[in-house]
Amino acid sequence: MNLIHKLMKTPEGAVGFIILAIMIGIAIMASTISPGDPLRIAGRALVAPFTDPALPLGTDRLGRDVAAGIVHGARTSLLVGAAAALAAIVLGLLVGLVAGFCSGIVDEVLMRVVDAFQIVPGFLLALAFVSVMGASLPVVVLAITLGAWADPARLTRAQVLSLRERDYVAAAKVIGMHPAEIAVRQILPQALPPVLAISATLVAAAILTEAALSFLGLGDPNSVTWGSMIAEGRNVLRSSPWLSILPGLALIITVVGVYLLSEGLAKALAGDGPAMQGKLRNGAAP
Amino acid sequence: MKTLLSVENLRKRFVSAERDVAAVDGLSFSLGTGETLGIAGASGSGKSTLARLLLRLIEPDAGGITFEGSDWLSLKGSDLRHRRGRIQMVFQDILGAFHPSATVNDALGDPLRIHGIVAKAERSSEIARLLERVGLSSAHATRPVRELSGGQRQRVAIARAIASRPSLVVLDEAVSALDVQLRNRILELLVELQRENGISYLFISHDLAVLRAVSHRLAIMDAGRIVETGNTTDIINHPSSAAGRALIAAVPRLTPGGRPTNTMQKSEPTHEP
Repeated sequence: MNLIHKLMKTPEGAVGFIILAIMIGIAIMASTISPGDPLRIAGRALVAPFTDPALPLGTDRLGRDVAAGIVHGARTSLLVGAAAALAAIVLGLLVGLVAGFCSGIVDEVLMRVVDAFQIVPGFLLALAFVSVMGASLPVVVLAITLGAWADPARLTRAQVLSLRERDYVAAAKVIGMHPAEIAVRQILPQALPPVLAISATLVAAAILTEAALSFLGLGDPNSVTWGSMIAEGRNVLRSSPWLSILPGLALIITVVGVYLLSEGLAKALAGDGPAMQGKLRNGAAP
Repeated sequence: MKTLLSVENLRKRFVSAERDVAAVDGLSFSLGTGETLGIAGASGSGKSTLARLLLRLIEPDAGGITFEGSDWLSLKGSDLRHRRGRIQMVFQDILGAFHPSATVNDALGDPLRIHGIVAKAERSSEIARLLERVGLSSAHATRPVRELSGGQRQRVAIARAIASRPSLVVLDEAVSALDVQLRNRILELLVELQRENGISYLFISHDLAVLRAVSHRLAIMDAGRIVETGNTTDIINHPSSAAGRALIAAVPRLTPGGRPTNTMQKSEPTHEP
C-alpha cells in the first residue's frame, strides 16, 4: 500500500496532507495545547490579538480565549466532518451495493429513495432535522449524513452495475459462491476506489455544513465550534472583526486542505484504479 | 456409454428495445460420461449463450436440461450452489475470469472451501496437488494471478475448474487466446485429465483444428440450432450442412509448394472415447 507515497508525489496531495496533519494534530492535542474549558472566562473582554502573551489571539465579548476556542473548535469540526462523511459513505456503499447487485424491484425502490434525498437540498434537510431533534453532536452528524449519502450511493450502484457483468463474477457464481460473498468480497473492493476519491469532498462539505448550522445557532451549545465563534463575533464585527475573521480563517484553511487532499487522492488513485486494470486486460500495456 | 447430460429443445431469446434475437432456438443434444462433444459455429451462432445456459448464469425461456439423472433447471438457491461444483467452466477471457487482486491460492481455495472438498488443514496441500496436476509448481500458489503468463493463467483456470471434482467441464473458447504451441500443450493436458478422471467436456470453439484434436463427436451450430452432428472426422470430411461447409472452408490452408490443400481432412482424432 504505497498510496501515501503516491499522494505525497502530487503537489496538491502533499500540501493538503500537511495542512490536515497539522489540523488533526491540533485537534488531538487540544487539551494539552490549551488545558481547561475553552468556554471559561480567561481574561478581560475584547482583548485584541497579539497584545497579551497569555492570550495570543485575544478574547471575545465575554472574555473567552479565542486561541483556545479555535484549538478546541478544530476537534469539533474535524470530528463532525469525518464522522458524517464516514457515515454517509458506509450508508451510500451499502445502499448502492444492494441496489446494483439485486436489481429489479429492490433497485427501483432504493433508487427512488435516493432520488428523494437528492432533490432536497442537503443543508435544508440538516436544518429541519436538527430543529426537530434538538442540537447535539450525534444529531448534527446524523443530520449532515442524511444530506450526503445519496451521491456515494449513486456512484457505488453505477460501479456495481458494470462490475457484476464481468467474467470473474460469473466465475465466482459458477464455483457456487454465495451471492452475499460475491457482493462483499468480489465486487465491493473493486467498487471502492472512485467512492473513496469523493470521500474528501464529503468531509469538506460536512465541515462547512456543521459550521453553517452552528452559525445559525443549531450546533451543540456545549462544544466550541468555529461556526458559533463566527456567529458570536458577528455582533461586534465593526469594532472587533478578528473575532469572526480568525475562526473563519481556520475553517477556510481546513476545507482547502481537505480539497487539496482529495485532488491529490484522485490523481494518485487514477494511476492504479480500475483504469489500469482495464489496460492490462486489453493487453495494451507493453 | 452412460448419458451424463441431455438437453431438450432449449430456447433463449434476448429481447431489447432495438432487437429481438433468438440466441438459442430449440437446441437438443446429449453427452456421455467421459465424452468430449465439440460445438463449432461462427460468431453469433449461440455457442456462448448455450454455455451460460448450462452453467445457469442465465435462465432459458423453454426446454429442459437433465444432468446426472436429475432435472438441472429445477434446482434453486443453496441446492443449486451445492450442485454447481459438478459442472464447471473455463472462460475465454483468461485474465477477466479472475478477481483482479486474487492470488492462485484464492482462486483455487474458493471452490475447495465452498464445496468442502478437503478439510481446512489439507487445503494447501490439495492446492499444491492441483497445481502439479496442471503442470505448475506449488511455488505459484502465492503469486497473484494477474502476474502469471497467459498459459500459466489458463492452467490455473483449468485447476480451478477441476478443483470441485466436476463430471462436466464447459470450455468456452478456452484455448482461443493462446498461441499455437501453448494451445497444443493445454489440449494435451485436457485430454490427459479426461483419461484419468473420466470428465466430460463440452468444447466450444470456432476453430475446427482444435475441435478435431479433442472431440469425439462434433455438433455444428448455426442461428441457435444444431444443424449437424456426428463423428468428428466424418463431419470434417463430408459436411452436410451449409454452416459446416462454410466453417471448413474458412480453415486456413498452407503448403510450402503454394498448392492449397485442406489440412483439415488428413489426420484422425488423437484419441478415442
